[in-house]
Amino acid sequence: MIAQSLLLASRLTKRFPGVIALEDVSLSVGQGEIVAVIGENGAGKSTLMKILAGIHQPDAGEIVFDGKAVSFASVKEAQALGIALIHQELNLADNLDVAGNVFLGREPQRFGFVDEKSMSQATQKLLTQLGADFTADASVEKLSLGQRQLVEIAKALSLDARLLIMDEPTSSLSAHEAEALFRVIADLKSRGLSILYISHRLGEVTRIAEWVVALRDGRNAGELAKHEINHAAMVKVMVGRDLSEAFPRSQRQPGKDALRVTDLQTQANPKHRVSFLVRRGEIVCMAGLVGSGRTEILRALFGVEPPVAGEIRVDDKPLSPRHPCEAADAGLALVPEDRKALGVFLPESVTWNISLTGLQRHARAGLFLNQSVIQSDAESVSTQLRIKAASLDTAVGTLSGGNQQKVALGKWLATKPDVLLLDEPTRGVDVGAKREIYQIMDKLASDGTAILFVSSEMEEVLAMSDRVLVMHEGRLAGELQRSELNEEAVMRLATGQHD
Amino acid sequence: MKKTLGITLLLLAVCLVTGIANPNFIKPYNAENLIVRSSLHGILAIGAAFVIVTGGIDLSIGSVVGLIGTLLPWLLMDCGWGVVPAMAACLALSLGIGLFHGLLITRMKLQPFVVTLCGLMLYRGIARWLTHDNPKGFQNSYESLRHLAIGRVEWMQVGGYRLPVAAILITIVAIIASVFFTKTVWGRHLLAVGRNEEAARYSGIRTERLLLLAYAVCSLLAGMGGILFALDVNSVAPDKQGNFYELYAISAAVLGGCSLRGGEISIFGVVIGAVLMRVLYNSIILLDLPDQLEPVIIGLVLLLGVTADEVVKRWRTKT
Repeated sequence: MIAQSLLLASRLTKRFPGVIALEDVSLSVGQGEIVAVIGENGAGKSTLMKILAGIHQPDAGEIVFDGKAVSFASVKEAQALGIALIHQELNLADNLDVAGNVFLGREPQRFGFVDEKSMSQATQKLLTQLGADFTADASVEKLSLGQRQLVEIAKALSLDARLLIMDEPTSSLSAHEAEALFRVIADLKSRGLSILYISHRLGEVTRIAEWVVALRDGRNAGELAKHEINHAAMVKVMVGRDLSEAFPRSQRQPGKDALRVTDLQTQANPKHRVSFLVRRGEIVCMAGLVGSGRTEILRALFGVEPPVAGEIRVDDKPLSPRHPCEAADAGLALVPEDRKALGVFLPESVTWNISLTGLQRHARAGLFLNQSVIQSDAESVSTQLRIKAASLDTAVGTLSGGNQQKVALGKWLATKPDVLLLDEPTRGVDVGAKREIYQIMDKLASDGTAILFVSSEMEEVLAMSDRVLVMHEGRLAGELQRSELNEEAVMRLATGQHD
Repeated sequence: MKKTLGITLLLLAVCLVTGIANPNFIKPYNAENLIVRSSLHGILAIGAAFVIVTGGIDLSIGSVVGLIGTLLPWLLMDCGWGVVPAMAACLALSLGIGLFHGLLITRMKLQPFVVTLCGLMLYRGIARWLTHDNPKGFQNSYESLRHLAIGRVEWMQVGGYRLPVAAILITIVAIIASVFFTKTVWGRHLLAVGRNEEAARYSGIRTERLLLLAYAVCSLLAGMGGILFALDVNSVAPDKQGNFYELYAISAAVLGGCSLRGGEISIFGVVIGAVLMRVLYNSIILLDLPDQLEPVIIGLVLLLGVTADEVVKRWRTKT
């Protein structure tokens, strides 16, 4: 297969001040082949992609594209050759329509004016090819994340891309949207496009990849051919050791009721009443498609968007949260999904972040900061969560995603919450840190904390939960006990199918 | 701290150059007056910093200085109020103005810029309407009250220099503000709100109350400044008193290391910033530069300051 490689990168090296991000990494992608690049955070995946897309220039090594040695100084040069990168965080202008985004920066012109008509026709053609359920004149603002991804792909196709680089394309998609994306990918492949696919989600890599390249610490860690691709093999080659205990699970007995919710109506879905119960020492998952109202329930419980109606009892005491501080005082804690924007304060130190929620409680004379408690709390929490940072004074923004997530969680641990609400606790977190987060969840539950977590990762839903509450379009579609848990049962409820 | 080092060095350099070029600069008369003026502007700048640290802005500071500055002599001289009720009324009104701003911003979700821009026009207009634009002053009465602004502590003399009372006032304000931000829970919470308001709310912080507090403190200090400025000049022109003072206060805060994005503050830096602004103004006069150039020079220094800060920041992240 090396012979008909579309892209052949050999011995790429990239140094940043103080770190070698990539060392002697080689990779080849054949015509019409789907190659997945896997690796823990910091393994060098993003750097490799950025070099191939022209964002960074390698310090050493060479790239052969379509039989010719190439080097590109910019994204434009890479695009001109036929390499397009689809970013993890989609880069679309919300205020333009789909066509405007697809042709952004290279709008077809007529007498010096933008030729809206041909732009819209060309875009519509691409959207039809991709099987999109929206039109070229739709406003991007109103599109779902999955639809936006299609806009990005259409943009790449309009550039006559021959190699698409997709960086974590499903990280913010619902299972349903991800399915649609896989169909598009299969279709693109059948038309001879090559795809370089980066993902944390090993399940989907198993499904679509024909070749897997694993990176570890900026080097090639191994490759897997199609018949060798499975979860265990990938974890082993990525981490360099067996992670047989990916999902820890200790013997626990559910205790008394910790969180009892009756007829809760959220601001987002005021028509539906949701009732459920989480006991002490229990890990309950709220599953469902993105947009099914799961996050809104957590936000209502925590008083971020106070509920419209309904009864909430925490340890049998009534709670009607009008503000997060009231929920926190009642013993609730919420680790939000968007950790960079809501979970942590990036420019501030680990200590600063972890101590924030407990400042008032430990204050001297009710007003003055208690530095010794701040320090000791931060130390004990960071030891407990094994937060890896140069020091506790390091800015959280410089830590890896997994460690940032531990800080977002650690912020609440010092308050010893009775009920811990976690929204997508392992999103964008590498395999090693995921496992640590699962261990923390298991440990907290063993110690009697009630945990309610929202997750879109099926593996995690199935492995971590004692019970699963499945949401569909704002209502609770059903509840599954651990014994009844399997992927089909969850998906059936999540998509609103009835037996 | 490194941030304030640069501006402190700049201040010393300007002082040195002016002092050499015109020896009058360090004469007690000039130096003491300069300290009084710097102190009064410094009080306004600390107020502005409380709001800027939240990522907000207060454009009404100068108009509050004008309104309170007009109101105090009016209450005392025209209405015959006693000193204590008149002062209390002035401080209560400025506090009320701040709470009013804060409530509009937190409850009605209006933008700070718009709310305080309306305040800028409103309070100026009220002051002018109240007095029909006639200047207000204390004439020869209220000597001891005026001592607050123009007085000197006679027994604290070093080589002919006497310590202005105003310097003591700003020292007290600055120490309280500094302790608030570095040692108290509320101060830390306010910094968190400035860094990221939503994340602060998600952390269980009562962000609305803290914003209210910030605007209240800002206007209260503006009112306090208004009283002192009135006592200092003795003849308050309702249409001019305090004009552009909000811009001096904001500039001083920015020079002192506050980011308009919020979350960063150094009270010491803010005070140095305010002093630098006054020293520059004083230098322009003493060096016989055309005083029309004053805004030009202050504008350039501010621009230079923030550019240097940005350059240093980039250089530091690179290494």
